[in-house]
Amino acid sequence: MEEREKQIPIWFFIGAIVLIYGALITATGFLGWVSLPPAGTRVALWELHADLWWGLLLLAIGLFYSLKYRPRRKHRNA
Amino acid sequence: MAFLSLIAAMSGSASMLHLRPVDLLIIIIYFFFVLAIGFYLKKFASTGDDFFMAGRKMTAWIAGLSFISANLSSLETMGWSAMAYQYGMLGAHGYLIGAIPAILFLAIVMMPFYYISRTHSVPGYLQLRYGEGARSVAGISFSFMTVAVSGASMFAMAKILNLLLGWDMNISIWVASLTVAVYVTLGGLLSAVFNEVLQFFLIWLGSLLIPILGIIHAGGWGKMMAAVQRNVAVIHPAVQNADFTSLWQNLGSFASNPMGIDWFGMLFGQGIAVAFGYWCTDFLQVQRVIVAKDLRSAQNGTIIGAALKMMVPLIVTIPGLLGLAVLMNSDGSPMVLVPESDPRAGITHNTFNDVLPLLMGKYLGPGLLGLGVTAMIAGFMSGMAGNVSAFATVWTHDVYKPLINRKGSDRHYLNMGRWSSVIGVLLSIATAYTLFFFSNILEYLQVLVFFFIVPLFGTVILGMLWKRATPAGGFWGFLVAIIFSISMWAFVHTFPHGYQPQPKVTLSHGAEVLLTRANAAKPGAISYISIESGALDLVNVPLFGHEEGGEFTVQDQPLYMREVAPLRKTAAPIQILAPEVVIADTREQQKFGLSAVPARISPGVKVRSTFISRRFDPAAFNPDHVKVIARSDKAKPMAVNMYSAWWSLVVCLLVTIVVSLFTRPKPEAELKNLVMGLTPLPKEEASPWHRKPLFWAAVVMAVFIVINIIFW
Repeated sequence: MEEREKQIPIWFFIGAIVLIYGALITATGFLGWVSLPPAGTRVALWELHADLWWGLLLLAIGLFYSLKYRPRRKHRNA
Repeated sequence: MAFLSLIAAMSGSASMLHLRPVDLLIIIIYFFFVLAIGFYLKKFASTGDDFFMAGRKMTAWIAGLSFISANLSSLETMGWSAMAYQYGMLGAHGYLIGAIPAILFLAIVMMPFYYISRTHSVPGYLQLRYGEGARSVAGISFSFMTVAVSGASMFAMAKILNLLLGWDMNISIWVASLTVAVYVTLGGLLSAVFNEVLQFFLIWLGSLLIPILGIIHAGGWGKMMAAVQRNVAVIHPAVQNADFTSLWQNLGSFASNPMGIDWFGMLFGQGIAVAFGYWCTDFLQVQRVIVAKDLRSAQNGTIIGAALKMMVPLIVTIPGLLGLAVLMNSDGSPMVLVPESDPRAGITHNTFNDVLPLLMGKYLGPGLLGLGVTAMIAGFMSGMAGNVSAFATVWTHDVYKPLINRKGSDRHYLNMGRWSSVIGVLLSIATAYTLFFFSNILEYLQVLVFFFIVPLFGTVILGMLWKRATPAGGFWGFLVAIIFSISMWAFVHTFPHGYQPQPKVTLSHGAEVLLTRANAAKPGAISYISIESGALDLVNVPLFGHEEGGEFTVQDQPLYMREVAPLRKTAAPIQILAPEVVIADTREQQKFGLSAVPARISPGVKVRSTFISRRFDPAAFNPDHVKVIARSDKAKPMAVNMYSAWWSLVVCLLVTIVVSLFTRPKPEAELKNLVMGLTPLPKEEASPWHRKPLFWAAVVMAVFIVINIIFW
């Protein structure tokens, strides 16, 4: 019977999407930090810059999962 | 970028929030990922076992995350946040007494039977234990229920996207549903499980900031709870003396808590009937763990699910409490949210179900808002996918295969599974529009739970623990309890003397009014309203000089309206709703809702007046009948559901036992691997104590007890 292709672990997909989201949110948070949003568009507690540190947290989680569970090339056995 | 523009164009001017391009990009990336996962997994779903059981190779962690994610749909998060807003800390019971003991029971006691019998489904177990009759009732009722709950998920998603972003409800329903149809049809249960695990991460990462920022904003936990108890006097005046901040100490009497329930109803209704029914026999849940690679993984996965379940109040109950504590109007008064059934809902007031989205809008800026909205969409879609994949399995194995085509090949049943996934999605869409009858999204779910799931638990548990239970006993116990449940539901919504909805006046868009503000008690408050032009819709409101109903235009003399109207038993304040009117002297546009304010209706105004009295109303509860079921006329809908679930379980057990005693049981040889005492459990391999299910179940139980004591 033909051996099935090895499945990419779910953890890699999670790592990849969280990594992308982390990058986007960190970048947005950084922009909000260097140029303050107009008064009418600020959310409550905007001065805490939650987007910046939350984005960094996502980046760290995403990086961990996508590296640890990245698909590896198969080594053919003799 | 054209796609971004298209989505941006869907945002109407009436939306609460405006998404930035980064938010839209985050949402689009999510859709791209789930579709890519579906296409990727198609090649791993080439047999019936792959499609329906994900190849039976899940690890404990994936099974546990999927088990809990299948239950953590946005229907749950929004619904239970609404519960916490409505019932305070009692809303957390759904994650404590209403879950943990039942999940641990499933892991330790019931899982070996499900696993060793190698059943495809819970109805499949009934067939093995009781025969075709019980299986058919369970299969058909479960198929109906999954479609209904899945429809509820879609309805809730469309509503929230409409509220938040102004997106058209139809477009939201169809785009999300078709995406789910694609990935479930391609990858089956494997695809659903992958997306559930993904959703688990998204929902936590997208939601956890709300309680963190909210508690900081409220000044800490203690100040938040003090604000909750202070504000409920304004927000929930009917139960203003009730304790909103305790789990158990307010359950000594029906009047001391906002749910109108006592400890017996909470413990036996929520803790035994609803919880054990939902967690131990709802196939949507059980399917997630019976596909684990071995029995120990199935048990440990379930226990991991219990541990994760106890954490969910952080992102569900706390936001509900924050809604009571920090949501304020511009004048500093607490913002009052109302039930869906309230005439003011969606016109002048947001509803209980909007509490979580309102907090998202309050605290989440660009990027984070996109993630929060994505988490919600993921939760809704995952909830739908879970139900649709369970529907496909039960339909194919428990309805189609035994009743329609017994001789199909594996390929044939695989195709049937794929087609029934598509049909399940279409039926869900059709169901989404029936939700307006119920005052709260979760109550809708609860109604279904006590219709079908609670009787199912009674039947299954007797079958597992009592070898004397007979096929006839199982069938009749199950069927009679379902009928009894539906009858109880009909009974509390029946009004032999007629139900008269609260008197209400709705002003047409553009109607012109003059307002008098001369209220001595509340300076600035409107004390009198004169309707100068436009049209009025009156329900149960008599007018001086024109007391009968019908459509007419006010002629030469103005008509007058009191602040209250007589109903059958009492007089009720008249509500006046003005969704969009013009103030005649200033030409300013305004919307408002008033109660108990007299009015004058000028000549030329068009009036449509109706007097309604119904004998049955699914959105209203008859207090006289409620008292019979829930032991108190103070019982709120949730309390009625809990007591109904309890009575339904009692009826199921009684009927099953009585019928079994008078009918012939199955021979013991046929009950092997199905009943306690006749099921040899596989010998556990030698393993360290920290891998044993019993040890972890004890740890989770201990934490559960400590949490209950802390928040007693």
